[in-house]
Order: sequence, then C-alpha cells, then structure tokens
Amino acid sequence: MTKQQANWSPYDNNGGSCVAIAGADYCVIAADTRMSTGYNILTREYSKICKLADKCVMASSGFQADVKALQKQLAARHLIYQHQHNKQMNCPAMAQLLSNTLYYKRFFPYYSFNVLGGLDNEGKGCVFTYDAVGSYEKVGYSSQGSGSTLIMPFLDNQLKSPSPLLLPVQDAVTPLVEAEAVNLVKTVFASASERDIYTGDKLEIVVVTADGIRREYMELRKD
Amino acid sequence: MQFMASKQPENSLLGPESDSQRTLYPYVTGTSVVALKYKDGILMAADMGGSYGSTLRYKSVERMKPIGKHSLLGASGEISDFQEILHYLDELILYDNMWDDGNSLGPKEVHNYLTRVMYNRRNKFNPLWNSLVLGGVKNGQKYLGTVSMIGVNFEDNHVATGFGNHLARPILRQEWHENLSFEDGVRLLEKCMRVLLYRDRSAINKLQIAKITEEGSTISQPYSLKTYWEFSAFANPAQGAVGS
Repeated sequence: MTKQQANWSPYDNNGGSCVAIAGADYCVIAADTRMSTGYNILTREYSKICKLADKCVMASSGFQADVKALQKQLAARHLIYQHQHNKQMNCPAMAQLLSNTLYYKRFFPYYSFNVLGGLDNEGKGCVFTYDAVGSYEKVGYSSQGSGSTLIMPFLDNQLKSPSPLLLPVQDAVTPLVEAEAVNLVKTVFASASERDIYTGDKLEIVVVTADGIRREYMELRKD
Repeated sequence: MQFMASKQPENSLLGPESDSQRTLYPYVTGTSVVALKYKDGILMAADMGGSYGSTLRYKSVERMKPIGKHSLLGASGEISDFQEILHYLDELILYDNMWDDGNSLGPKEVHNYLTRVMYNRRNKFNPLWNSLVLGGVKNGQKYLGTVSMIGVNFEDNHVATGFGNHLARPILRQEWHENLSFEDGVRLLEKCMRVLLYRDRSAINKLQIAKITEEGSTISQPYSLKTYWEFSAFANPAQGAVGS
C-alpha cells in the first residue's frame, strides 16, 4: 500500500511584475495591480506594494498569501525596532532583515519575489533585489515577477549599471531625473503587458524622495 | 481543537499514522458562492446542495451564515470544515462580546482572522478545504472579501468561488456598477446563479440569497429559479444524431 500523495499544492502563483529604479535623490518602485490564478483573473485592483518604513518601500510578486505573511512579519519586526531604537529602520537595515526573514524559511520558502527600494541614510536612492530564499544584492535597478524576463533586458539597455566589481567603485544609481525614470517605468510596463498575460490592468507607481512618498497610477491593457 | 487518536506528533514527516490525520481530499462539498456590493450593502447567493462526490447527498445545506452583527460568511468546499470554521468564529465573536465595550468586530476584522486561520492550516499541511466569501457593512463602509484554502485573499466589488469564478465573474464584470438597487442586485445574482445551474453539474435548483446592510442581515427562504429549455435545439435532441 503506497503512501497517499497530497493532491493539493501549498503554493500558487498569483502573477504580476515589479520594478524599482534608484536615482541620485529619489527611488521609483512600481508594480501592476493584477492578481491571477492559472488562466483566471481574480481581481484587477490588488496592490503589490507595501510601505515598510518612512523611506523604504517593497514590491513583491509571487504567491499572494506568502507575500502578505512576509509583509506582516516585516511590519511587526519594524515596530519592535522602533520601540527599541526610537527611530525608523533605514533601507539597508530593512534589506538585511528581509533577507534573514526569507532565509529563515529556507526549507518551506515564502514564494515571494521582492524588490526593495528607498533612500539610504544619505538620501541617495537604493534598490535591493531578492530571490525567494533571501539571496540579495544592492543594485541600481531591478525587476521581479512574471514580466521580469521581458522587462529586465530593456532596463539593462536603457540604464546599464556599471559592474560593482569595477575599480574605482562607480555609482549604481541612474543619472536620469525622477520624471524620466517614471516615464521609463510606464514604458516598460506598457510593453510587458503586451506579451505577459499576467501583467496588466493598472500600474501603481510609488516615488520615494526626501519630501516623502508620492503615488501615481496608469491604466494598462485589461486583456 | 484537534483530537489525536495516536501519540504521533501532529506535523511529523515520518510515519503513516500522522498522515491519516491530515486532510487529503474533500468529502461533502458545496459548489459556488457569488456575492456583490450594492447600494445599501452586500448581496450573496449560494445554492443548498451538499455533494458527496458525484452523488447529490444533501439538499438543504445552508452555506451562508451571519457572523456577529456586521458580517455574512458564505462557503464552498468541504462542509464539515465550514462547520469547524463556524465554531472558531462563534468563539471569536463570543470573546469579542465579552469585552462588553460597545465595540464589535467588523467584516474587515473577521476576514483578516479567517485569512490567518486558513493560511496557518495550509502551513501545517492540513488545510481547511474551503473557499470563503466574507461580506458586511460597518459604519457605512461596505466590505466584500474572499479567502481560498491556501490563504490567498483579496477584496473586490464582486467575488465568486469555484465555478462562479469562471461563469459568474465575467457577467459581473460586464454588468456590475456602483449603487445597484436591491432589485437590480438580486436580478444580477439570479442571472449568475441561472448560468451556474445550467452549466455546473454540482449546482442544484434550490438557492438562498442573503443580504446584509447597516441594519442587519437576512437570509431568504430557499427558492428555485425559472429555467428555459424551449430552445429549438432541445425540442428534438436526437434529430440528425448518428444511429437515430
């Protein structure tokens, strides 16, 4: 008598794409608002972006229940940090916390593909990109999710960050101004929506600057 | 909460005895639940069938129940797991009432609680095999959300479970608009339920429609939908068939 196999999966892919671009004094984080399962659309207005701290915003795509649980975990840990240190966590610190939180579930992972964006202590834009088990690096720009294979090559072409291995160390942040970066993001999502069935409906753009956080929306293809 | 016959640890990966304590597949199931927001609150519809595989075993199953003062819960999937969830919610509402502070759990809070319960059971590889719809009104704010058996949740202006996602959502996307009147809302739900009746083999023609507003909730008496079979193709179905 063979052991019964489970006929359900604890994971699902709810699709979607995320992008983040770091600038000299700003950071743009964007994600579409479509939530799908299989060939169905569950809802057209679901936000994949979460504000973790004053100057730190995360966009995640993948399995929505895991993403929600991860966001809750980070929010709770941030609250404890604020109680203990009487200040908000800065972006690089949150980046490390996210990595550790993901690796903690290395043997039953959060199916969550994240990009973290914000301003570091000097007010310069920073972007961190992750895989599902916490491997991360600081980059000038990144994309994750179902449309990332379509988006990333285009960003490489337009933004081409210098390698962090070069000496002297070169700046990873893009020389583009905020308006140009936001335009680039809109272009990139419009393109991804054409060919990726899981990307579309609406684009949510969050811009983090010294003055605070600004939100913008753009309609995308609904098919 | 769970009574263990054996002394095996609950989530042991070794040994067949502990696996027999986990949900493998559903036994008695309910089919789609459909719900939408309308002018005064939420309207929800579900039929009263409880299927045992392909057998229509139970025909008077109430798959929608009021929760506290402000919410309505509809469930599809395993009926016994739905009853378990109602038991958890009874306790939740009881403790909320025992504070006796004039405050009460709204639909957002109940939905969040249910999401956590479903997700935690999925983490232990012992899911509650349900897709839940939670709707309600509190302080004038309408809320309609859904949770799946693995914890995927969201809120929207209209939701459906199971076959409803395939057959009802497209109709709702086309015809739903803000501030539907009660009559229009019911008409729209009945349109969805009729399509499900025609096309979902586990649907039965005995349904209830539930309404929840700021004033409270009501669940209608069971009734049937009129169906139309006078299509010319059905008049002489074997005409032109091979061998007839």
